[in-house]
Amino acid sequence: MSHAIEFEGLTKRYGMLTALDSVSASIPRGQVIGLLGHNGAGKSTLIKLVLGLVAPSGGRLEVLGHDPWRAPALRRAIGYLPENAAFYPNLTGRELLDYLAKLKRAQRSQVQALLERVGLADAAKRRIGTYSKGMRQRLGLAQALLGEPELLLLDEPTTGLDPQASRELYRIVGELRADGRGVVISSHLLAELEPHIDGALILRQGRLLAAGSLAELGEQASLPARVLLRPYEYAVRELLERLANHKLSAQPRPDGRLELELPRAAKLRALRALVDDPAIADLDVHEPTLTQLYDWLGASPDRPPEERA
Amino acid sequence: MNAILTVAWKEFRDDFRNRWTVALTALFALLALGIAWFGGAAAGRIGFTSFDATLASLTTLGAFVIPLIGLLIAYDTIVGERDDGTLLLMLSYPLARGQLVGGKFLGHCAALAAATLAGFTLAVAIMQVMQPSAQTLAAWLYIGRFILSASLLGASFVGLACLISVLTTSKSRAAGLALIGWLASVVLFDLALLALLVVSGGNPIERAVYPYLLLLNPVDVFRLVNLAALGNGAGNELLTGMTAGHAYPAALLYGALLAWAALPFAWAALAFRSKEV
Repeated sequence: MSHAIEFEGLTKRYGMLTALDSVSASIPRGQVIGLLGHNGAGKSTLIKLVLGLVAPSGGRLEVLGHDPWRAPALRRAIGYLPENAAFYPNLTGRELLDYLAKLKRAQRSQVQALLERVGLADAAKRRIGTYSKGMRQRLGLAQALLGEPELLLLDEPTTGLDPQASRELYRIVGELRADGRGVVISSHLLAELEPHIDGALILRQGRLLAAGSLAELGEQASLPARVLLRPYEYAVRELLERLANHKLSAQPRPDGRLELELPRAAKLRALRALVDDPAIADLDVHEPTLTQLYDWLGASPDRPPEERA
Repeated sequence: MNAILTVAWKEFRDDFRNRWTVALTALFALLALGIAWFGGAAAGRIGFTSFDATLASLTTLGAFVIPLIGLLIAYDTIVGERDDGTLLLMLSYPLARGQLVGGKFLGHCAALAAATLAGFTLAVAIMQVMQPSAQTLAAWLYIGRFILSASLLGASFVGLACLISVLTTSKSRAAGLALIGWLASVVLFDLALLALLVVSGGNPIERAVYPYLLLLNPVDVFRLVNLAALGNGAGNELLTGMTAGHAYPAALLYGALLAWAALPFAWAALAFRSKEV
């Protein structure tokens, strides 16, 4: 059982609306996967299917080796943080976790440890109604970790968190990955998410646009690398000529640096030449970002795939 | 079962925490004492008269108030969680949907029953302290029957509220439906039966059916349980006219109340199983 989630031809229809249309992919254990797509792409439907809250209209879905619709007890092994997590405002943080721990048959001793882990130990006896959005989000993470789940589903987990709390959240996610647990993070904050995920699953209007590790997706897109050069002032003209000879066109930037795009196939050869070039004082190489990949795949609603270059 | 009890305990505590239970206990105790002392005011008498008269008035009042409270306490039990955004989280836990509705139903019923028990027991205790003539075992038996039937009546309307809560898509709609349900069972049902009685005249077959038609409304079953025990004169005339002196076995009446407590809840649990979230 090497996959946390595996699905084939997975389809979900709500009446006339097809929320997921014959989607196939697998999410390995011990990996952090970004579930990407704009609103209405089918992310929430996929999460509900994985939790066994809705029945598939077609296809096959296995979560930790079981069909979640037929095995609700499977939810003991899944932690879920819903988007805009809302809790009972009349309960204190500790009371909520005690209640949910009982429902999950998790050890009550975990509650205090989790409150400390998410930095809510001091506020544990305060009513949730008095919590800030960030505190509620941290409480949401704590409840998702109850019972040491094998699979974690986090829907927009850093919404409302300050940068330090976001870093802390991703640190915990890293620990879970190291423990061999599967983590699926649905998020719109691609730049923030990128350093923390091993791969991505990109949906658009219920269809799977791409799935795989970031390296695989990069290969598939074959997007050029971006290089920023800092030339010596006296040698700029010569450098531009040499670049033109290599059929590379550099764009000057306001900070005095030159920006050029290196096609994937020519990247290494060009970089060797640039490193040895006496006119260049420094250079930075920027691989394509997740945001660029996302745009290239046409996942952005304003840029359909048929229009891409 | 454990999960049901966990949810039930949480709901029971919530009702207590929201001061529902304390407010209802006080309301029931005050109503009982008020009726006991001022029930005969129209006839120019103030002060405790008899348990029969007190209980007859309490039954009439309880038949109005208890269904309303049952509906109010639980109309938002599921739709409220959906509106507040907590339903999805709850359903992501290893908890069957029937267990969630079942726990909520049990918790609210227990809170209502606790308030009924505490309020009316307190009232009877005060009556017995203030009025030596009220110190009878019969008084406790009357009030015991009243508390049991009132709790079952409350449970049937908590069940109805759960059903409304599962079937509706917003809290305001659920509140509206709950009020319509209350009006229909407390006022309109009896009016419709009366109209039927008048229209059909003295048809003996139809007259034989009326006593059983009353079992279709838990409010009337509650009245029957309590007023039938009091004998002639204490019951209300509408009911006497309808039943025409029909004798109901106690098991039938309690069975009907139990069925009324169970059926709407069972429907709610079934409907919730297939509800898209």
